[in-house]
Amino acid sequence: MAGILIYSEKSKLALELLTAARLIAKDNGLDVKVLCINSDEQAEEMVARGAETYHIKGQIIELADTAAVASALQEAVGKLDTSIVLLSSNRRGKELAGRLAQKLDAGCLSDVTSLQVKGGKVQCSRNALGGATISVQQIETDRQVIALAPRSFEPASPQDGGSLKEMAILVGASNIKVLESRSKAGDVVDIEAAEILVVVGQGMEQADMLLAESIARSLGGEIACSKPIATDKKWLPEDRIVGLSGKKCKPQLAIILGVSGQVQFNVGIRDANTIVAINNDENAYILQMADYAMVADLKVILPELSKTLG
Amino acid sequence: MNIIVAMKQVPDLQQVRIRNREPVIEGVPYTLGIIDKNALEAGIQLKEATGSNLIVVSAGNEEVEETIKEALAAGADEAYLVLDDKLDGMESSLTASLLAATIKKIEEVGLVIFGEGSGDNYSGQVGSRVAEILDLPQVGYVSKIELDGTTAKITRSLEDCEELLEVQLPMVVTVLGDINEPRIPSVSQILKAGRKPKEILELDDLDIEIPKDKKISTLSNLAPETDRKRVAVKSVSDLITALQAEGFVGR
Repeated sequence: MAGILIYSEKSKLALELLTAARLIAKDNGLDVKVLCINSDEQAEEMVARGAETYHIKGQIIELADTAAVASALQEAVGKLDTSIVLLSSNRRGKELAGRLAQKLDAGCLSDVTSLQVKGGKVQCSRNALGGATISVQQIETDRQVIALAPRSFEPASPQDGGSLKEMAILVGASNIKVLESRSKAGDVVDIEAAEILVVVGQGMEQADMLLAESIARSLGGEIACSKPIATDKKWLPEDRIVGLSGKKCKPQLAIILGVSGQVQFNVGIRDANTIVAINNDENAYILQMADYAMVADLKVILPELSKTLG
Repeated sequence: MNIIVAMKQVPDLQQVRIRNREPVIEGVPYTLGIIDKNALEAGIQLKEATGSNLIVVSAGNEEVEETIKEALAAGADEAYLVLDDKLDGMESSLTASLLAATIKKIEEVGLVIFGEGSGDNYSGQVGSRVAEILDLPQVGYVSKIELDGTTAKITRSLEDCEELLEVQLPMVVTVLGDINEPRIPSVSQILKAGRKPKEILELDDLDIEIPKDKKISTLSNLAPETDRKRVAVKSVSDLITALQAEGFVGR
C-alpha cells in the first residue's frame, strides 16, 4: 500500500477527488498523487491545492480513446507505486474505470456517493437494484479502482505544499480518430446545481407546463422532469431528467408534480432537503416520500398555486 | 460479419419489494436489462442495414435460456449462453471474463454492443472490461452507430459535448438508453424464437479460470431510511404557509 492516484479530465471533478483521497489518506497513511494529462491549467490548479502533481505533457493521448487513457494511467500507477485509483464517475470516468480495472486486475466500484475507511478498508456506498437500495461494498483486491459520483465531495481548498513534475509514458497507435467534437447546444441550466426544482411527470398535461414553469420562476428555481417527459413526450430536453439514468439532484426544495414515484425516479431526488409532492392518486408512492403531500387535481391546483406565488 | 449484443438477465425491478429495508428478490421474475434492450435494437437495425448476422451472448443461471427468448424473438439470429446456477449474482469482473471467452469462440466479430449499464447494478464496467480482455477499441455512451465496411462512425454523447469518431473494426460500444425505441416482438416471432439456434456453454467449455476469491464484498444492501415529515396538505394556502415556514416563500 503505497499511495492513491487521482485522475479526472475535468478539473472541477479532480478537486472533489482530491478531497476524497485526503479522507482515505488520513486514515491509511497513504500519499496522494494527482495525474494530469495535457492540461497546464489543471496541473497548476492541483498544485495550488497542495497536491503532489504529475503532468503528462506534450504527448498525444486522445481522451476519446479510453484504451489509450487507461494505458497511460496503468503506467502511472506502476511508476508512482499507487494501489488505489480514484476517478470521477462522469461518463468518461466511468468508461475508463472498467478498462483500467481490467488492466490492473483490480476490483472496481463506480457511482460511489460516499466512503469511509474502516480497518484499513475503503467502504463505498452506491445505489443498487436500480436505486431501490444503497449497498455498502468494499474492494478486496490490493489494487482498487473507485469512481466517485460528481458532487459527492466538496472541492479541495487551496493549501501549501504542492509540487509539479512532468511524466513521460509510452504512447501507442490509436484506432480511434476524432472527426468532430461539438458542445451540446442550448440548455445551459444545470438542474444538479439548482436550489429549488419543480419536477413534472406524466400526471401533468402539456398545457400546464407554462404554469409549472411560472411556479419555478416565482420561487427562483428551475424546471426538471421524470424520464418519459423528455424521452417520450419531448416537452423538455434530456438534461432535465431526474433519476437513475438522469441527474441526481440535491436541491433545498423539490416540488414534484404528477410523478408516481418509481424507484428509478426517486433515486434522483431523494437527497432533496424538503420535498413537496402533489398527485391526484392518493396511492402514489411519491406521497410517502414527501415532507408535504397533497392529493389534488393538478389542473385545479396549478393555476391557483401559480397565481398565489406570482 | 457477426454483430454481438451482450445482454444481462436481471430481476424485474418493478416487482422488487422492500421489507424491513431489505429487498425481497425471491419469486421476482427475470427480465432483460432495460438498456440491454436498446443495445439489442441497435444490433437489429445494423443487421438490417448491413445484412450481418446478429448473435446475442449472455451468462447466468439456467433461467437465462428462457429469458433470452425475448431477444431471439425481437430479431437476434442465434444465442451463445453460458449457463450455470453458480453464476447467480456474479460480479462484473467474472461476467466480463465469461462474455469475453464466449465472444472469442465466435468468428468474424465486427462489433460488440452493450447497454451503458445493467438494469440492476448499473456499474457500467462489463463493456469496458470485455474491450480490454479482447484488446479492442471501445466507445461508451453512444447515441449513433454507422457501419461502413471496416470502420464505424460513432457518436459518443458526454455530459457537455458530443464526439463524432471514426473507429477501426472490430470494436466495442456501449449505448445509451435513448439511442432508439426497442421493438416489441410479435406473437409469431415469439413462437418462432424457440427454434432459433442456441449454443449452450458450460464453464468447462470456456478457456478461463474462475477466481476463488471475489474482488468485491457487499457489507450491506438496504433501502435508504427516509426521514420525511409526511404532512398531508389540504389546500394551496396551507402549502404556501408551509413553504413560508420553511423559508422558501417570502424570503
